[in-house]
Order: sequence, then structure tokens, then C-alpha cells
Amino acid sequence: MTDRPLKVLIAKPGLDGHDRGAKVLARGLRDEGFEVVYTGLRQTPEMVVTAALQEDVDVVGLSILSGAHMTLLPRICRLLREEGMAEVLVTAGGIIPEEDIAALKEAGVAEVFGPGTSIGEVAAFMREHAPQRPG
Amino acid sequence: MTKTAAPGSGARLAEEARGGSRLALSRLLTAIESRTAAAEEALRALYPSAGSAHLVGVTGPPGGGKSTLVAALTAEARAAARAVGVLAIDPSSPVTGGAILGDRIRMQQYAGDDGVFIRSMASRGHLGGLAGTTAEAAAALDACGFDIVFIETVGTGQSEVEVASIADTTVVVQAPETGDEIQALKAGLLEVADIVVVNKADRPGADRAAAQLEAMLPPLPRNGVEGAPDGRPRPKRPQVLLASGLENVGITELLAALDVQRRLRADLPHVQAARLARARAQVAGILADRTRAALWSDRRRAETDALLEAVASHILDPYAAADQLMGLARDGS
Repeated sequence: MTDRPLKVLIAKPGLDGHDRGAKVLARGLRDEGFEVVYTGLRQTPEMVVTAALQEDVDVVGLSILSGAHMTLLPRICRLLREEGMAEVLVTAGGIIPEEDIAALKEAGVAEVFGPGTSIGEVAAFMREHAPQRPG
Repeated sequence: MTKTAAPGSGARLAEEARGGSRLALSRLLTAIESRTAAAEEALRALYPSAGSAHLVGVTGPPGGGKSTLVAALTAEARAAARAVGVLAIDPSSPVTGGAILGDRIRMQQYAGDDGVFIRSMASRGHLGGLAGTTAEAAAALDACGFDIVFIETVGTGQSEVEVASIADTTVVVQAPETGDEIQALKAGLLEVADIVVVNKADRPGADRAAAQLEAMLPPLPRNGVEGAPDGRPRPKRPQVLLASGLENVGITELLAALDVQRRLRADLPHVQAARLARARAQVAGILADRTRAALWSDRRRAETDALLEAVASHILDPYAAADQLMGLARDGS
């Protein structure tokens, strides 16, 4: 691991148009010293994974409020594995019911952050769990 | 390039990246940004294969439409089955080191297309509109077979002209209503342009802005040869084009103009001089890195820091300190 900044992709898969949370998080993580690739609204799983691959990110943070998380998030995790990026840390935030969390974690999402989570908590989790990589 | 890595890992990355692995290319770019030993090994292996891509710098003020224009040019180049690399640089925070890399948001239609590779770079404290490792990143894309590499700078002011020293062709993107003729008279950014694009041509005032710009540019050389007869450097006269990245207007013409620049200018003396200047800047940068690495190595750090403290407390003058440090760096190698 070198002393380079943590690189995080913040994306909104799916069709809901509520990107305030993702933007606030992107800005907050910037202030935590992270390099944040922000790709915004209406991302297909393929777009998220292409961006993650070309940007060589440590973390993919997905914000989703549409209710399609059980379809989109496992698909993103699977595509990441297929592209050789199994070690990338995947986190999710938005409106995700408690009862779905266990299945999402089973599918490869490392943590789900609900409303009211502070940016400090998210940053601390990413710092602690991001993959250790050789420079 | 001081960090340690397993010997051979750079050469392997280079080979896989050249062989078409996008993951290897991406990891290589990360190594380049971190200036690791593996990156140096890979760049040494790749350098002989680089040199055939057209490196196009795209610069101009924030919000002028650079990313949207690059996206439109990429689509145009893809239609002709040309492979396109994009390096999009955004500023790092001088306070936290963090950055928002937001240029990809305009360039998202290429997911799953192996002929397009887009990489954001944070400037990481480097001034001048680029990251300190952008030239090396462009060389890597070049060696991996991309036909055109767009280098999109940080939103620039009037004097961030560094991109012109690493690109073959420099495009300055302006929006209408960004100033009167006096702005076009000022030295700096416009002087390094090979092409000036007045973007957002669908907006009112775009024609007038282009005409004003045209009127204030240096006159065409009489004999068609740029540069004064006595060898003094002379500003070049850029081509002015109207375009709209968003509405896809003027993009075919812009890509064609880039191709003409590439073809016609390759043998011009000032283009060759620019190439030499690029080599000089690259080697000078590596020399500076190596000097720093030698002076702040575990063995030398204490001596180096002591000299700096002597300068800070005015016991030693900075020139004498620099002379002594040059000696230290030589011994330390």
C-alpha cells in the first residue's frame, strides 16, 4: 500500500433521480482526502463496472432509492468479480429495507448505510476495509 | 520512483496492458500516478512502442464545455473505428488532498466498448493544469495502441499552458461571452492554441465572439512559414472553429482539423522544437525526482534537513545550500 489517496467511485445505479445524497457524500469524502470519481444518475451496472475498472478504484459506493437494489447491486458485484475486481470494496446507501441487508451482504455488498449515517462513519469504514494493494 | 515492488511486476503489467488487458492498463496507470518502481519498469518497456498516437490537449476555462466536446469528438472518432484514450484531469484540494473527478459524467455512453478508455486524474498538487504524471500516462495509452489520446486539463485561467508542452496539438475551448477583444489580445493560453473552439455555438453571440477572436489573432505569416526570419520565436496563428459539443455541431469539422494539424505540421521546425522541449521537460522532471529521492533517502535525510534548517534560520544562504545538496545527491547515488 502506498500513501496515495483512497480512490472511490460514487454512482447512482437505476432510475430514481434523487442525487442529493450521492453529491453530499462525494463532497464529504473529498473533504476526507479521498479522490472521488462521481458519475451521477441513471447508471447501468455495466457503466458502473466500466468506470470502476478504468479508474482502478478501491471502493465503489452505490446510492439507490428506487427499490431496485436487489436486482442491480448483486449484478454489479457479480460483474466486478467477472472483470477481475473481486477485491474492490462495495458499499451501498439510500433507502434499503433492513430485511434485504443480509441478502445484499451475501451477494458481495460489504456494508449498507441507512439515512442518518454520518460521512465520518462512511469514511472510517472505507479506510478500514478498502483492499490493501501493492503500490 | 522510489517505492519498491517485486522485480518484473512492471514488465508484466506492461506486457498485459499492451496485449489488450484493460485491467492491467488501469493498474499500470495507478502505478504511474503513484510513481512506483513498477511504473518505471513498465514505462521503460513501453517507451519504444509509444510515439504514434495523436496527443490532443483540450484546455480552457471551467464550464466551457471541454468534457462534452471531448465526448462528442470521441463519438466521432469511434464512428471511424479509431481507438480513443481520454485523460481527464481535475484539481486536488490544496487543503485535504481530496478531489472530485467529475469529467466522466459527460462521457458515459462507452461502457463495454474496448475502443474507448477514459481515466480521471487528480492534479495532486501539480500546477499548470495537469497532474505531474499525465505525460507518462499518455505515453502508456499511446503504447497500448490508442490512435488518439485526449488530454483534458483542469479548468484553466490565462497562464496554465503546460498541456501544450506534452500534447502534439492543443485545442483551447472558449464559450461565447467570455470577454471582449482585449481578452483576445492578452498573452498566455490563446498563444499556445493550434485550434481555438468557440463552443456552445448554439448560444447567441457565438459568431460575434469567433469574429472578434479572429480579428485579434496574430497576422498570417507572409511566406506561410511560422517563426520570424531572424529565428526569434513568433506566436502561431490558431485556427478558429465554432462548435457545440452538446448539439453535436461542428464536431466532424473539428476532428478533420485535428487530423490536418497532425499531418501537415509533423515536419514543421517549431513542432520538432516542441518535441525536443517535451523530451527536455520529461528528463528534467525525472532528474528532479531522482535528486529528491537521493537527498531524502534514509541515509541522507538528516544531512539534507540540517542544511534546510540552516537556510530557514539564515545561517546559510539558499544558493550555498543548493550547491552542497547537489554534492550530496551525487555521492548518494
